[in-house]
Amino acid sequence: MTTKSKNFTSTTNACKLCTPLGASLAFRGVEGSIPFLHGSQGCATYMRRYVISHFREPVDIASSALGEKHAVYGGGPNLKKGILNVMKKYEPKIVGVATTCLTETIGDDVPMYLNEFNKEFGDLDLPDIVQVSTPSYNGTHMDGWHGAVRSMVEQLCTEKAEDDGHVNILPNMVSCEDVRHLFDICEDFGLKATILPDISETLDGPALEDYVKIPVGGTPVEDIKKMSGAAATIELGRCVPAKSGGTSLAERFGVANHRIGLPMGLRESDIFFETLEAVSGKKMPARYERERGRLIDAYVDGHKYIFGKRAVVYGEEDLVTGLCAFLAEIGVDVVLAGSGAKKKGMAEAISAVTEGVGRTTPEIHEGVDFHDIAERAGELKPDLLIGHSKGYRYAKVWGIPLIRLGFPVHDRFGGQRIPTLGYRGTQHLFDRIVNAMLEKKQADNPVGYGYM
Amino acid sequence: MNEYTILEERKDQIHRTGEGALDMACNRESLAGAVSQRACVFCGSRVVLYPIADALHLVHGPIGCAVYTWDIRGALSSGPELHRLSFSTDLQETDVIFGGEKKLEAALDELIDRHSPKAAFVYSTCIVGIIGDDLEAVCRKMSEKKGIPVLPVMSEGFKGSKREGYLAACKAMFKLVGNEDVSDVSPLSVNILGDFNLAGEIWIIREYFKKMWVEVVANITGDGRVKDIGRSHGAALNLVQCSGATLDLAKMMKEKYGKPYMRVSYLGIEDMADSLYQVADFFKDVDPDIVKRTENLVRDELSKLMPELARMRKDLEGKKVAMYVGGSFKAFSLLKAFRHLGMKVVMVGSQTGTKEDYAELERISDPGTILVDDANPLELSAFIKEKDVDIFVGGVKERPIAFKMGVGFCDHNHERKEALEGFEGMLNFAREIHASAMSPVWNFVPRRSKKAGE
Repeated sequence: MTTKSKNFTSTTNACKLCTPLGASLAFRGVEGSIPFLHGSQGCATYMRRYVISHFREPVDIASSALGEKHAVYGGGPNLKKGILNVMKKYEPKIVGVATTCLTETIGDDVPMYLNEFNKEFGDLDLPDIVQVSTPSYNGTHMDGWHGAVRSMVEQLCTEKAEDDGHVNILPNMVSCEDVRHLFDICEDFGLKATILPDISETLDGPALEDYVKIPVGGTPVEDIKKMSGAAATIELGRCVPAKSGGTSLAERFGVANHRIGLPMGLRESDIFFETLEAVSGKKMPARYERERGRLIDAYVDGHKYIFGKRAVVYGEEDLVTGLCAFLAEIGVDVVLAGSGAKKKGMAEAISAVTEGVGRTTPEIHEGVDFHDIAERAGELKPDLLIGHSKGYRYAKVWGIPLIRLGFPVHDRFGGQRIPTLGYRGTQHLFDRIVNAMLEKKQADNPVGYGYM
Repeated sequence: MNEYTILEERKDQIHRTGEGALDMACNRESLAGAVSQRACVFCGSRVVLYPIADALHLVHGPIGCAVYTWDIRGALSSGPELHRLSFSTDLQETDVIFGGEKKLEAALDELIDRHSPKAAFVYSTCIVGIIGDDLEAVCRKMSEKKGIPVLPVMSEGFKGSKREGYLAACKAMFKLVGNEDVSDVSPLSVNILGDFNLAGEIWIIREYFKKMWVEVVANITGDGRVKDIGRSHGAALNLVQCSGATLDLAKMMKEKYGKPYMRVSYLGIEDMADSLYQVADFFKDVDPDIVKRTENLVRDELSKLMPELARMRKDLEGKKVAMYVGGSFKAFSLLKAFRHLGMKVVMVGSQTGTKEDYAELERISDPGTILVDDANPLELSAFIKEKDVDIFVGGVKERPIAFKMGVGFCDHNHERKEALEGFEGMLNFAREIHASAMSPVWNFVPRRSKKAGE
């Protein structure tokens, strides 16, 4: 297995997003929360615009809207004023403050400002305020996401809560549909789950009569505060930073942290369900046995259509790892696995999840952009591309299918409802891949088989 | 309406026509914590320059600025497509500490060799303004080394709003003007300024000018070329569309080259026709027949368009519209366009309107219309509800606000994928409005279904 790093100075068509975006999305998954970017107005507006194109939901992200004089004299006053305005307008239970490259570089001491704020306005009914440092020149949106999750756990969950037998799930940046599926699974195991963050409703809500200031749903702040009393934490993702929400709960309160991969594919899903069995003390409910059985049945039914096909996969490090785990099981050869992130242990993770079934060892490209991917893929001649919408123009040029998943999916409908997790999510993904190959075969064939 | 929906500090940015004298506060910084729909200086310059298709557009900054503006606007090109790629120096922590000039230089070196662009624009972002990279020096050096114009765009995000970005863009572009020979330019010639060729709109407009025998020297900036901009000073007249994104350039060209400019709009029936007539009028001394040619053109187009509009108008009569646009100049045209469809505009807002713009809006809108500057989701949703609107016109950020409340929506910003300019564009526009307003889905949204049950 090789880890390639790029040789170019410039970045062309990046395969990552910036840290505050990940933090904003994670904050959006808390009940009564407003994400707040401490920086100039443009960041918040651009990110809202970007996020909206995937989720097709209102996404109100506040900003301290710093101007030139604030950049010189410091952004503290605007940060405080901004939070007060957000309180007036949105009446949030929690404000999630993330810094930007601007405020990180001018050296704004956000924890100090927030301390001052809490003292100055202590007579008001203040919301919880969580802050996370997210300089956008350091890492990717996934660092912002994991950072925000850890900040919430550390800043809100400060005391040991009574052990109530619930389980914490830190699901990683998965779709709204996936979060809903995780809740259902836990319920079927008889487990009460605190999923942090829970974007299942806040970023995929129902039609409403009125515009609600803050969408309903999200992880309740009270539940976050009680995460220290959980029976266990299940942290999804083999590339999660060494210090995370899960490790913090383990270190401070002794909550056992099970760090496992995203349940994608049979084997990684097995590990997830086994973990739930261990945590709940219950056997896997029959419906999941059946789902598992159907998945294996489908693997068999569809194997000939896809065996030996060459895939390029790209995107978030854990999603890519999960995809590699799954694709290895069905005989699709990942020839290149790319992520914009660096040094997240993706190579080791992919090696671990494909061990024993992977037919080939993929090239791993970290810190990659689409120019690098394209350059290499020209030689690797893939049959399909799997990742978010940004790969579209390359798929079009190469004349191969793009299986869209991850974030952003903004040239198709329903990106927030794409299932990927568990046996059921894997089934869905498997069907899509097989059908994409069948469609390609049909389209390329002069005969036009109508019976495949 | 919740008393907190409108923050005290924003009250003078909202006006209801017919209720007292208009004294609209505008052109001020967005309020912290107000969740403004506005972007930044960088955004303004990027919007304007990005459609120049044979130039390299390098964003000097951290990755987000480049990614969020990657090919989001559908500015089409009839040739090169270099503008549709997203280039960034992707500044890292070490660059922030030690300075990003070396990285910028290396990136330019590499990208210019790889793509052989006709010019390169280097956009400054917030962070570059803070760490103090000397963009101008690097650009000067690379210009000499590579033999193409390498132009710094001083667009640090925090130095104002989108409007300041327009000026930064115009300043950068102005350095290209005057670089080429203009001896073969027709006396009947114009530059098209402030059109971004979304969904090929500029091609519609160019076709009209062709029928009027008017040469278009440069598209600035939709389907733009560096060389054309270099000879744009040879055109007899500058036509400036939109709310002044490129007005500064026209002013600079007037000052240096004595070129007159005219503000036009290609949206709606009257404004499209008026714009063509104004151009004909400008050239009638050089070529008296141009007036006749223009009249014929407009008549032909209208005879195709009007019967179709009349059919749709039957359904749309009396329906209510709210709009929130970037620049308010567009709102003037849309207001008139909606009157052709029998619809009533009840709210108009913009991100960057000026006092004059709002005065004009007040003059042409019906009494009781809400005018709003630099609005935000809570205000917009409150106005939608208060006025019980059927259709909202805006951009991507406004779409989910309307949809969530069960209101039809028309995307009329840089992201549109349907051509909405010209007479054919008016037909597309009417069709889109009709399709959205008449969809049966509104029967099922909570806002309407509750009404039916009442």
